[in-house]
Amino acid sequence: MEQGTHHILSVLVENKFGVLTRVAGLFARRGYNIFSLAVSPTEDERYSRMTILVDGESAPIEQVTRQLNKLIPVISISELSAADAVERELMLVTIVAGQDARSQATELAAIFEAKILDVGYESMTLMVAGQPEKLDAMTDLLGPFGIVELQRTGRIALPKLSRQSSKLRVVKPGSA
Amino acid sequence: MKLTGAQALIKSLEMEGTEVMFGLPGGAILPVYDPLIESSIRHILVRHEQGAGHMAEGYAHATGRPGVAMVTSGPAATNIVTPLADAYLDSIPLVVITGQVPLSVIGTDAFQECDTIGITMPVTKHNWLVTDPQDIPRIVREAFHVATTGRPGPVLIDFPKDIANQMMDWGWPELVDLPGYKPNLKGHPKQIKDAARLMSEAKRPVIYAGGGILKARAAEALLELAELTGIPVVTTLMARGAFPDRHELCLGMPGMHGNYTAITAIQRSDLLIALGSRFDDRVTGKVDGFAPDAKIIHVDIDPAELGKVRRPDVPIVGDCKNIIERLVKAVVADRAKHDWADISPWMETVRGWQRDFPLQYEQFEDGPLKPQFCIEAIRDHTPTDTIVASGVGQHQMWTSQHWRFDHPYTWVNSGGLGTMGFAIPAAIGAKVGRPDRTVWAIDGDGCFQMTAQELVTASSERIPIKVAILNNAYLGMVRQWQHLFYEERYSEVYLSPDLPDYVKWAEAMGCVAFRVDSPEDVVPTIEKANEIDDRPVVIDFRTDASENVYPMVPVGHSNDDVIVGPPAGEGSR
Repeated sequence: MEQGTHHILSVLVENKFGVLTRVAGLFARRGYNIFSLAVSPTEDERYSRMTILVDGESAPIEQVTRQLNKLIPVISISELSAADAVERELMLVTIVAGQDARSQATELAAIFEAKILDVGYESMTLMVAGQPEKLDAMTDLLGPFGIVELQRTGRIALPKLSRQSSKLRVVKPGSA
Repeated sequence: MKLTGAQALIKSLEMEGTEVMFGLPGGAILPVYDPLIESSIRHILVRHEQGAGHMAEGYAHATGRPGVAMVTSGPAATNIVTPLADAYLDSIPLVVITGQVPLSVIGTDAFQECDTIGITMPVTKHNWLVTDPQDIPRIVREAFHVATTGRPGPVLIDFPKDIANQMMDWGWPELVDLPGYKPNLKGHPKQIKDAARLMSEAKRPVIYAGGGILKARAAEALLELAELTGIPVVTTLMARGAFPDRHELCLGMPGMHGNYTAITAIQRSDLLIALGSRFDDRVTGKVDGFAPDAKIIHVDIDPAELGKVRRPDVPIVGDCKNIIERLVKAVVADRAKHDWADISPWMETVRGWQRDFPLQYEQFEDGPLKPQFCIEAIRDHTPTDTIVASGVGQHQMWTSQHWRFDHPYTWVNSGGLGTMGFAIPAAIGAKVGRPDRTVWAIDGDGCFQMTAQELVTASSERIPIKVAILNNAYLGMVRQWQHLFYEERYSEVYLSPDLPDYVKWAEAMGCVAFRVDSPEDVVPTIEKANEIDDRPVVIDFRTDASENVYPMVPVGHSNDDVIVGPPAGEGSR
C-alpha cells in the first residue's frame, strides 16, 4: 500500500466474545478493505483496542467510522491519518542460514537492529520491530538467503505528539 | 425471588409492557412457552415463523410500539431472518427471541442448532446470546432500549434451553448502561440556524420527507413547518401518511414510480430539505443526475446517513421531531430579521405540473378490470383512517399512488427489502395492534401465495382483516420489466388466474371470500366485505394483466427521463 492512502483507526471496543466478528463483518458487508488489523487488551480489562488500517480508496473514511460507531460494543474511535501517526510493526522471520551464511545474516540483523531469537543448524529466526517500510526493506534483503517463514503483527499506532495541539481526534458523533 | 430463566424472560417482557407476541413453539424454546400460560401477554400462534416476524412488524408500524416475536432454534430462526432483514432496512423496532440448543452443546451440530447470532448479525441492530440466567432482565431491558431508541431497528435474543431451566435471583435493572450506544437526538444549534438561513434564500425549495418522520412521531411538526414556510412536501414510500395527501402542499410520492410533479419538483429544486429520508436509489435514480441544482439540508438521527449518498450542505444529526420543532423556531426568528425569497413563482410552476401530469388510468365500462379502479373503490368506501398494508410489486406502487393517505401510521409496507408476501401477516399484526381500525391488505396474487396460510391464524384468532387480491395472474412487476426492457420476452412470470382457486382456498382457511370480474361488481362487493367483522374477508379481483405502473423512471436513468404514461396502444380496453 502506498504511504498516505491508508487511515489508521484506533477502536476501543468492549472485551466480549464476538466483537471481532461484528467489526470484521461490517467491513466485509459494506465493502471496506482492511489492510491490517491488530487486537490487544488495554489497561482496563473491560475493553480491547483494535488498530485497523483501512484502505482509504475503498470507502470514505468518514463513512467507515460512522458505520463502525453504530456497533453497540464500539466505545470510541480515534482516527489518525498516516501523516499524523507513529506506526510500528513487529516481524518474525526464519531464514535459511547454515554455517556459511550465518555471519552475513548476523551482520544484516545488526544493521536493522534485529534480534536473533533462535539459531538452528540450517536456519535462523530473527525479530525486527520498526516502521512498516523498514520491515519491507529487511524482507527484501533477506530474500537471497531464502525465507522459510515470515509473520508480521500488523501495525499499531499512536498519534504524533504535536507541539501545538493534539492531532488525536476522538470520533463519536453519536450512534444510532 | 427465585425464578427459572424461562420465568425471568417472560417477566422481563411483561416489565417492558409487552401486550402481545407472535410466535410458534418448538424444542429449544419449549421451557419458555410453559410460564407463558400464566402470563398477561397474549400469544398469537402463527403458521410459519416468517409470519410471526411480519406480524410483529405490522404491529410496530401501526402502533409505534416494538413488535415482539418468539420462535424456536434452527429452521425457525432462519425462517425469521427475512422479517429481521425487512425490519432492519425499514427501521422497524422488533424484539425477536429465538430458542437455542443448550449452551453445553453449542458448536456440536446438535439437532436444530444453527449459528443464529452469526446469521442475524448483519440484519439486526444488535443481538445477544444469553450465557447466564442472571443476565436475562438486563439483556431484555437493553434489547428493548436498543430497538426503540435512536434509529429504531430489530434486535434478537438467542436463548439456550439450559438457561431457560436454570434458577436466577430476580431483579429488574433501573437503568440501561451501554457505553457504546448514545444516540444524539439534539442537533447542533448553529446548524439549525444555518438551515433556516438556507431556506430563506431558496427560490425552489422542496421538503423531502422520509420514514424518519413517522419513527420520530414528527408528523405534526412537519405540518407546522410546511404551513409556516409554504414549502411543498414530497412523501417517500416509507413516509406515505406522514404529511396528509389532501393538503395543498402535498406533492405525493417521488421516485421510480412516483408522480411527475413530485419527481420533477425535486429535480428542479434549488434546496432539498431531507427530513428522515436516506436518498435511496429508488428515489434518486442515477445519483449523479439527482436534483443537480439543489443544496441539501439533511436531518437524520443516524450520522452514517449524512453524506452516505449525497453530501449535505447542512448536516444535522438528531431526532426529526426535536429538530423540526426547533427549525420552526429558527425560521420564525430568521423571518423577523430577514426578508425571505418569494417562492410563489415556483409554486405556480409546481401547480402547472400537477395540472398537466396527473396520475392516469382509464376504466372502461365493460372492459377488463383495472387494478387502480379497485384500489380507488376500496379507498372511497372505507374510513379515511383505514390502515392499508401491501405486498411488493405493481399492486404496492398502485396502492401508494392511488390511496389517499391523510393520517400517519395508516400505510404498512415493505420498502427497503421489498419482501413479497409481507401484506397478509403485516395486516394481521396491524389489526392486532389497532383493533379499532379497519385494516385492508391490498395484495398481488404472487405475494398472496407466499404467506396466505396466515389467514388461518387470522381466522382462528378472530382477527378480521380484509384482503383484496389484485389477481392479474402474473408476477406483474417482473412482467412489466420484461415487457419494457426484454422486448416482451416473458420468462417465468405467468401464474394463472384460477390455480389456485382463491375463493375456495380462502374459504378453506375460514374466511369469507368473493370473486369480482367486472367493474360494476367492485363497489357492491367491497360493501359486502365491509359488513363482515367477525372473520377475515378475501376478494379475488380479476384484473387486467396488461396494465403497467406509470410514471416510471427506468433503472439507471436520471429522474429527468421519467416516462409519464404508457405509449399509445398499451393496456387493454
